[in-house]
Amino acid sequence: MTKIANFPPATLEWKKTNRGLHIPVPEMDEHASAPLTCYPCKAKDMQAIALPTARVPQWETRAVEKLQELLHKYRGLQVYLDICAQCGACADKCQFYLGTGDPNNMPVARANLLRKVYRYYFKRMERFAGAEAEPFNEEVLREWYTYFYQCSECRRCSVFCPYGIDTAEITMAAREIMAAIGVATKYVTEVVAKVYERGNNLGIPGPAWIDNCQFLEEELKAETGKDIRMPVDEVGADVLLVMPSADNFANTDTMMAYGKLFYALGVSWTTSTYANEGGNFGLFLNYQNMKKVNRRILDAARELKVKRVIWGECGHAWRAAIYTNTLNGPMDFLDPPHPVHICQFTADLIQRGAFKIDKTANDDVLVTYHDPCNVARAGSLLEEPRAMIRATCNKFVEMPANTIREKTFCCGAGGGLLTDELMPIRMAGGKPRAEACRATGATYLATPCAICKAQLPEVMKHWNVGVKVGGVHDLLSKAMIL
Amino acid sequence: MPFLDYKGTQLEVDEDGFITEPSLWNEDLAKFIAETQEDIKELTPDHWKVINYLNNYYKQFGIAPMIRKVTKETGFDLKYIYELFPSGPAKGACKIAGLPKPTGCV
Repeated sequence: MTKIANFPPATLEWKKTNRGLHIPVPEMDEHASAPLTCYPCKAKDMQAIALPTARVPQWETRAVEKLQELLHKYRGLQVYLDICAQCGACADKCQFYLGTGDPNNMPVARANLLRKVYRYYFKRMERFAGAEAEPFNEEVLREWYTYFYQCSECRRCSVFCPYGIDTAEITMAAREIMAAIGVATKYVTEVVAKVYERGNNLGIPGPAWIDNCQFLEEELKAETGKDIRMPVDEVGADVLLVMPSADNFANTDTMMAYGKLFYALGVSWTTSTYANEGGNFGLFLNYQNMKKVNRRILDAARELKVKRVIWGECGHAWRAAIYTNTLNGPMDFLDPPHPVHICQFTADLIQRGAFKIDKTANDDVLVTYHDPCNVARAGSLLEEPRAMIRATCNKFVEMPANTIREKTFCCGAGGGLLTDELMPIRMAGGKPRAEACRATGATYLATPCAICKAQLPEVMKHWNVGVKVGGVHDLLSKAMIL
Repeated sequence: MPFLDYKGTQLEVDEDGFITEPSLWNEDLAKFIAETQEDIKELTPDHWKVINYLNNYYKQFGIAPMIRKVTKETGFDLKYIYELFPSGPAKGACKIAGLPKPTGCV
């Protein structure tokens, strides 16, 4: 474990150059992060989310059958497994390899953990020609469980792949196969189970949700003197807002900003105690649960008879949301366009002059922007949050070009890694973002994702970067004149 | 499942040391957890103000209160709460107050 405490190697030099952030590549250190695994799932959670409560009998065979099923269902997966030329362009692009130096965290090597099993059962000729192939066994499963849960499915590697191989698809397939044989992490399964039991990832029961909203109304009254509402379960509202439940727990400035936003526009809105979560941990586990979690949002929208669903400041919510039409749709009972992310909604209205804004209200901070992997790379929202920041702040600085937009680094805890037992991996993986932020001298890091908002303050503290982390709407909230 | 050796009995806790049965919580157990797991030698009246608020809120609502409420209700700012509970309100304070660990995107 001593190695872990030291990574990433302290001797590496990070500096800003005119070509972007110089990102040093560590020496390879085999098995450096092998001891770091997630706590295993609990039977009660697995039962609640319709997965096997223990390792299924003949799990090796069952896993291969599941792989075969996925190969038929997702042609992309088979293509990705077949076409990789092992060129290594992805190797030094992953924040977890850069952080740990463990070669299994190179995207190509991580994918090879599945590829070697695929070859063994489905590519006999290649196998006889001497390509690496291995049957699915306990040792391979251990590697899968370790390294496919040290990947945040952020897809930075795929941006640099000359073939465009989406390694996150491979991680997702491996996690899906493991889930089918009863192998999953406590963190992810517990969160999905809470959504079915209480409607949201945090497990906030309805009465507590209402109490929170009333409390925030009082806070808003004290701050603005206005009767700004935080409505819950209001049938016939125009908008159903599905935000990360963390916004009504930890990121309360963002939650209050939503309230001010709709108040200023005079738009009626509501949250739902059935679906008070946009976030979708099913995405980090398997298809069935992703679908079931996402469906709750449309069910709530029908129940509350809203005209539109708006997704809040959340990354994985948005990645699942953009599948909604094919996953749970059609969404044609809602006003187009759909789905809508709150940054699209707000940026559009700002452009149309819907708000009175005093930018000097944010003059106390130098703002920079972190693209959450799911909002930016997976969800194509590159301009909207930036337009919001430019419209609400005088002082905005971008991080080095090789660390933002589609090349953004993951915060280090997406994809179901935001759990304490992975803390060394999280801090190692968060280092590129910390260094990029340090290079700007910014004092406020805006980001529209609850996982980033939970992870980045820890990362910045760990790497000694003095910056406050908060939402994008928080800035609008500060600058808006009501 | 790990256990906590408390006064000769084995108390079930989760991997992070949070008791799994909140109804077994009492003030003496809070002192025990504070000392053995959080390295807080003595619980002052300010500690108790936070602990009791958390515990009562959990009894009423079945979840930890939002941080903003904790600071408002106790009158302590976040910095002071971190001084009282160095591992933070969600980890240290909730553990001592017998609440389950808050998980999700937090």
